[in-house]
Amino acid sequence: MSHSVELDHVGVTFGTTRAVDDVSFTVEGGEFFSILGPSGCGKTTLLRVIAGFLNPTEGRILIGEKDMTPLGPNQRPTAMIFQSLALFPLMPVWENIAFGLEARGVSKAERRMKADELLKLIALDGYGDRMPGELSGGQRQRVAIARALAVEPQVLLLDEPLSALDLKLRQHMRAELRALQKRTGVTFIYITHDQSEALAMSDRVAVMSAGVVQQVGAPRELYDNPATPFVATFVGETNALSCTVKGIDNGIATVETAHGTLTGRAGDGLSGGAAAKLYVRPEALKPKGGVNRLAATIERIDFEGAFALAHGVAEDGTPLVASIASTELATAPAIGEKSGFGFESANAVVLPDV
Amino acid sequence: MSELYRRFGGGLGTVFLALVGVWLAGMVLAPNVMMIDYALRPNLPPSQIGGPNDVYSLDNILYLANEGVHRAIFFKTVWASALVAFVTFLVCYPMAFWLAQHATVNQTAVVLLALTIPFWINEVLRTLAWYILLAFRGPLNAFLLSLGIIDEPVRWYGDGGVLAGMTYAYILFMLFPIYNAIESLDKSQIEAARDLGASTWRIHWRVVIPHAKAGIATGCVFTFMLAAGSYVAPALLGAPGSRWFTEIIYNWFFEGGDWNRGAAYALVLLVLCLAVVLVTLRIARVSLTEVAK
Repeated sequence: MSHSVELDHVGVTFGTTRAVDDVSFTVEGGEFFSILGPSGCGKTTLLRVIAGFLNPTEGRILIGEKDMTPLGPNQRPTAMIFQSLALFPLMPVWENIAFGLEARGVSKAERRMKADELLKLIALDGYGDRMPGELSGGQRQRVAIARALAVEPQVLLLDEPLSALDLKLRQHMRAELRALQKRTGVTFIYITHDQSEALAMSDRVAVMSAGVVQQVGAPRELYDNPATPFVATFVGETNALSCTVKGIDNGIATVETAHGTLTGRAGDGLSGGAAAKLYVRPEALKPKGGVNRLAATIERIDFEGAFALAHGVAEDGTPLVASIASTELATAPAIGEKSGFGFESANAVVLPDV
Repeated sequence: MSELYRRFGGGLGTVFLALVGVWLAGMVLAPNVMMIDYALRPNLPPSQIGGPNDVYSLDNILYLANEGVHRAIFFKTVWASALVAFVTFLVCYPMAFWLAQHATVNQTAVVLLALTIPFWINEVLRTLAWYILLAFRGPLNAFLLSLGIIDEPVRWYGDGGVLAGMTYAYILFMLFPIYNAIESLDKSQIEAARDLGASTWRIHWRVVIPHAKAGIATGCVFTFMLAAGSYVAPALLGAPGSRWFTEIIYNWFFEGGDWNRGAAYALVLLVLCLAVVLVTLRIARVSLTEVAK
């Protein structure tokens, strides 16, 4: 079992900027853990703190239950994969992969053997004597991973390594990364701003915004039970309806909106009479049925392939988005038509305004 | 060339080409051809020039080969110039690395200004400053004596003085090429090496220096050529035991009155410098065009 990583009240301040604010969470050993957030939210700073490139202003980093805070990056059982990959362009592939072993004084023959072994693992057998510049983007990606794995790290830190690849390759590399993580059992901490990437690959995700961790949970949990308005709107598409809470009964909140009285699951910290928002996913809005009904005029329909997004406007001007499966497009409301949408209480969540 | 004509038209394009041609022929080719011509003829009184004794031979060059003192000074100049290049590199590399990878914009501006200001005055005056600093009863000796590091004044003039003066004079020629080269190195490469457990020494040896190789070779070539052709620093800061080959050439021209032998000596120095440069670039696997950049 590889090491766990524990962040204990970590904070980072640059001058007057608070980049990371009181972050605490634990990544279990062998877990694929993502930190998701928009650019500038402090996720890369946090990763650099875990790697040891940056000293936290306060707090501690524990890896395998040992305090790593005073140690440099070369003394930690972590290896990082940089956004730019940072392969050494003047060394052949095998020397790149074996660089960490070279630094540890391993003999040349042994280094070459280990590099060839890792090349097999990443399906680049026989590429050892090529230069990194001769490889394709996806191949370079794999070499960077092999180089990091060569030092047998307990924890692999990945800083948006797929962002430079095109969509098809990115999806392919996602699956490959996931498989590699399962095979090696190394703890992965993966940074990304792409929510679909985080949801698809991770065991658990921490959502960050403005230096603060908003919520840590499994992908489904984040999607179905967002803890804060930020998580509700950042992870996946959603409709947000302003409302006032009338009452909460058995975990179901009844709220007053411009569209009449609606119901949804009550989020944490919700109290009667408070201003709140009701969040409902586009795919939860159905033309027929549902205990809650909304009316909107369809303005446009964006065809996305597997589904289409119908953008409408309610009478009070609130924009609404409903997702329609491509197979049901034929019976979907037409543009300009006024149409009703319904949703079940279980598919909506009400969170207090902040 | 067609690009030149396309951009400036026939008239102006031809003028530019002609200017380059005149410059190459008049300033580069002609003096060198004349130097070779001089070097291969004997030194004759004016009445015999063009006479039966005025024939081409390698006598002047062979004279250098057979003259033990001059030969020794020649080789010493070569290795001492290489030493100057090496010491200048040692001084400049850490500074260039710091400037390129760590310094803030303001720090870089201040340091570069401080390094450039001395170059606003003439090389002779700058060397004279070292002449004063290193004098037997000069400030450096006084300072070291007052600290008790030395018991009696040191004679700095000589090899040490020449080395110090030249290193100082050529710092910028070494610093800028290395700085430019290191500046283009992605910081994450250094971080990646460190993350993989490399020591500072290994990071430089395996990542930074290979990346900056062209810049280092350029700086070393510049410094070596300037040092080998230097006259002021050895003349002012040298001692009888640290004579420079350029001083011998000067003596043939202006004291010995033998321009032919002087030209032969200069030719040998030129050829040797070229050889050293080409061999260095070959070893470093850097092409001449990279240096020219």
